[in-house]
Amino acid sequence: MSPLTGAGRRGLTRSARFWREFRARPSGPAGAAILLAAVLVALLTPLLTDPAGLDVTRATGPRMGPPSLEHPLGTDESGRSVLLMITWGSRVSLLIGFMSALLSMVIGTTVGIAAGHFRGWPAAVLMRITDWFLVLPSLVLALVLAAILGGGMFTIILAIGVTSWASTARLIRAQTLAVEARPYIERARALGGGHWHVMTRHVLPNVAPLVLANTTLQVAGAIVAESTLAFLGAQSGQVSWGGMLRASYDWGAATSGAWWYVLAPGLCIVAVVMAFTLVGRALEAVLNPRLRGAGR
Amino acid sequence: MTAPLGTAPADGPSAPAQDARAAEGPPPGRRSTLRYAAAKLGGAVLSVGMVIVATFFLFRLIPGDPTIAYTRDVPVSPEQLALLRRQLGLDRPLGEQFLDFVWRTLRLDLGTSYEYRRPVSELIGERAGPTLLLAGTGLAVAVGLGLWQGARAAWRHGGRLDRVSTGVSLVLWSVPTFWLGLLLLMGLAAGVGPFPGVFPTRGMEDVDAPDGFAYVLHVGHHLVLPCLTLVAVVYAQYLLVMRSSLLDEIGQDYITTARAKGLRDDEVRRRHAVPNALLPTVTLVFMNIGFVVAGAVSVETVYSWPGLGLLFYEAIKGPDFAVMQGTFLVLCVAVIVMNTLADVVYHVLDPRVRSA
Repeated sequence: MSPLTGAGRRGLTRSARFWREFRARPSGPAGAAILLAAVLVALLTPLLTDPAGLDVTRATGPRMGPPSLEHPLGTDESGRSVLLMITWGSRVSLLIGFMSALLSMVIGTTVGIAAGHFRGWPAAVLMRITDWFLVLPSLVLALVLAAILGGGMFTIILAIGVTSWASTARLIRAQTLAVEARPYIERARALGGGHWHVMTRHVLPNVAPLVLANTTLQVAGAIVAESTLAFLGAQSGQVSWGGMLRASYDWGAATSGAWWYVLAPGLCIVAVVMAFTLVGRALEAVLNPRLRGAGR
Repeated sequence: MTAPLGTAPADGPSAPAQDARAAEGPPPGRRSTLRYAAAKLGGAVLSVGMVIVATFFLFRLIPGDPTIAYTRDVPVSPEQLALLRRQLGLDRPLGEQFLDFVWRTLRLDLGTSYEYRRPVSELIGERAGPTLLLAGTGLAVAVGLGLWQGARAAWRHGGRLDRVSTGVSLVLWSVPTFWLGLLLLMGLAAGVGPFPGVFPTRGMEDVDAPDGFAYVLHVGHHLVLPCLTLVAVVYAQYLLVMRSSLLDEIGQDYITTARAKGLRDDEVRRRHAVPNALLPTVTLVFMNIGFVVAGAVSVETVYSWPGLGLLFYEAIKGPDFAVMQGTFLVLCVAVIVMNTLADVVYHVLDPRVRSA
């Protein structure tokens, strides 16, 4: 460990510079604001609203009613408020998005660095497994997994996380190879640095910005994946944005003019996914020195 | 002044290595490429083997056993269940079942559909055509449009085209395929308010489809919306990849060198930057075939396009495990083939990889 004071001071100025640069482009903070709003909605919903409104048997509104004062976003096929369903759905979509992205990043980064660092058969085996997961069309595999293991939140998280880490591993491996080709790695080795030292002290800091930006993008992908799985029938058993779109399709909302039922959940997905993408790209722009050098 | 300059940056980093190998004698590029291709082919065969093994065990994970799925909603006696288990080969040891499964899969015997009462391979053969048509058309349009526009956008980094096209593709990237399909369905097929729909809402052809050239137009008319949906989603990815890949190249020294030599701006782009930026993009195009397959499943479901994706979706919904298993195998193998192709192409195109 380096002396605490020096490291602390350096960390402070670094994070200050990070914030300054992150704020310099409007898209990053805008995305972050949308995310903050979405997370607040998801957290506050149980405190402010009554889940009884989600009960089909106790719904009071008209069936497929257009937006009104009582139901600002209209009602669904059994008279539930679309707005209420969306606020509750945000919890499921965000939770599944975060958890499966986290799972996928942990697997992807570990495998990627190891596969890039080691030579010979360990790398070959790791890349074989990665390639294998990469070629399996992830949505198709996730659907099969969900269909076989039965629905449920945990199954969906597992299905998305396990099927989406391979591209991250490849990305991280490529970056690891590039980093390890640099002369200072050779120097570190010559000075007696072992595998663990090189991987954690030289490679990891170099790929960390990529990992951070990629995680943010990965959450976006996971939310899209969750909604697609729900639309194709692999539902978590709770109200989610994708599940709402499934119901809207089943009840012919798109062809019978019930636009509020199709637009509202979809726009929420797009807004949140785009927010994650914007933040991810802003992070990338700040953290990737090559992009910074290229100017804006 | 054109040809040698054009290739110079591409093999810049590895030029000494290549010289060294050329000096050694006969074995330059081609033979190593062949050996590489053979290795990749072996890898692909291994991958297919792993898919077959995984499929076997995955589908044995089904809670209970397949007879439950087969006899759902039907009252059956224990004797009938036992008979069914024997017919399905479920009473034999696992190893024997596995060998039997492998042997039948290699002979393209994928079992019989519970829903259709027909061989799965026959069903898949019927449904492959529409999917190839949809995915092929969509992919060709998306790749052409995405790469071209991505290169343009990156070159004028921060310009109007860049901002508009990255904005549009960020939105498209964030849009779930099926939702975009629903929107187009709502706007262009069902009609909005007084405006009638212009495109059919479902299927590849109507019952009263005409013959000859009119049939082609008829199918084309049905193809527009599904294809548009697929292109919109996939193209955004290619654009962004090409853009960021080219942006990476713009920061490189050889671009500065090329400019310093006095090359015209679009010559620097066309001959120096784009060929290098294409490398990662080409791999991504092929590697993302899985993404296209996923898109096809969503699109075919929304528009009831009679392809493999719809077959797979119906099998999931059934559930019709034999069809699910067969479609899963076919989709995976198709993607493995494309991926292997990508590796070989990448190897041929990039001398830096070859020397590694």
